[in-house]
Amino acid sequence: MTGLIEPIVGRYVHVTVEGAVNRIYFEENGTGIPLVCLHTAGSDARQWRHLLTDASFTRNFRIIAFDMPWHGKSNPPEGWNGDDYRLTTARYTETIRAFCRALSLDRPVVMGCSIGGRIVLNLAIDHAPEFRALIGLEAADFQAPWYDTEWLNRPDVHGGEICAALVSGLIAPQSPDAARSETLWGYKQGGPGVFKGDLYFYRVDGDLRGRVAAIDTSRCPLFLLTGEYDFSCKPADTLRTAASIAGAEVVVMEQLGHFPMSENPEQFRRYIAPVLDRIVQQNVAFAK
Amino acid sequence: MFERLPMLLDADAALVERGRRLNVDCLLGPKDQPFHVSFAAGRIVNVTLGPLLMRSWCFSYRMSAATWIEFWKPVPRPGCHDLLALTKSGEAVLEGELFPFMTHLQYFKDVLALPRRVRAQ
Repeated sequence: MTGLIEPIVGRYVHVTVEGAVNRIYFEENGTGIPLVCLHTAGSDARQWRHLLTDASFTRNFRIIAFDMPWHGKSNPPEGWNGDDYRLTTARYTETIRAFCRALSLDRPVVMGCSIGGRIVLNLAIDHAPEFRALIGLEAADFQAPWYDTEWLNRPDVHGGEICAALVSGLIAPQSPDAARSETLWGYKQGGPGVFKGDLYFYRVDGDLRGRVAAIDTSRCPLFLLTGEYDFSCKPADTLRTAASIAGAEVVVMEQLGHFPMSENPEQFRRYIAPVLDRIVQQNVAFAK
Repeated sequence: MFERLPMLLDADAALVERGRRLNVDCLLGPKDQPFHVSFAAGRIVNVTLGPLLMRSWCFSYRMSAATWIEFWKPVPRPGCHDLLALTKSGEAVLEGELFPFMTHLQYFKDVLALPRRVRAQ
């Protein structure tokens, strides 16, 4: 073989969520502390491919990224009758916890972006002892909506085109063209109504205002990183959220938008590397 | 700068192609004195400074002249880099029948950002 073969390995695991069997696709690389990565609404785990192949991280972390059911290569669950897909806080939380149990992960770190960042806050509120650390990218307890989600799934509008066009402005202008295009391609490939269904969690069911003050960062460290060009989850949204969480660490990332890990992987690694280093050091101290 | 949009668009064949099914009259530009802009088959076929009494339009996208200047910078400040970032903040106003705008959302984002290329040069 002469072609470049990436070290990422992809497999399927069967996970029961809300009584239904989900055949969940996940990719992984590396050894060490389990680090589970959650993609944004309406996209899939390919967003994490650069982190998954970064040797400086995979020598300390077993990095795992999975496609949520209905996304990427994870089909809807067995028995789905075609009803509108709607992600709820309960279903999202159960999916992550069930996935971690299915892989027998020992107190993993979970890093999520956008809706993944929001659910990380919910994990910190209700399930902190199960996790070694939590990282929210573009995360806040709530953000003001900026468009009518009815546009996302209607027969007279191309779903892929409009989903990508809506989120394109969330990418920082400094992001490389190829990475921008790849990030948007994920949105162009989403199933009908899936992005809209994810946003049910984001806009309706997953409002965490008034709850995040209960997060105890002494039990599970919490890191929040938000790009300066993200106008969906603005830096001000993250800073407001963090202000009510004692011990939460916040970083505003320059020249990045709503998709830091995929829109500009090189710029993102400048910010995520110190966070992952901190987690490694804490893990060493804990082991002693 | 709006008067130069037809020429800038004509120079981008791929962008014209993406708008090939678009035919619409709209109101674009500064809040106080926008332009009537007519699109036909992906090209801009008319740009006329308003007001034009009783000229109808399908949708309008307007913001202050100063905000347009910031939007057209090669690297605009955060919040001023995208048409919908500006409507969220209230700096821009989007009104009217939005169907043609939404079905060609990326097209309109790219057409209205064309002056960035001039500024970059």
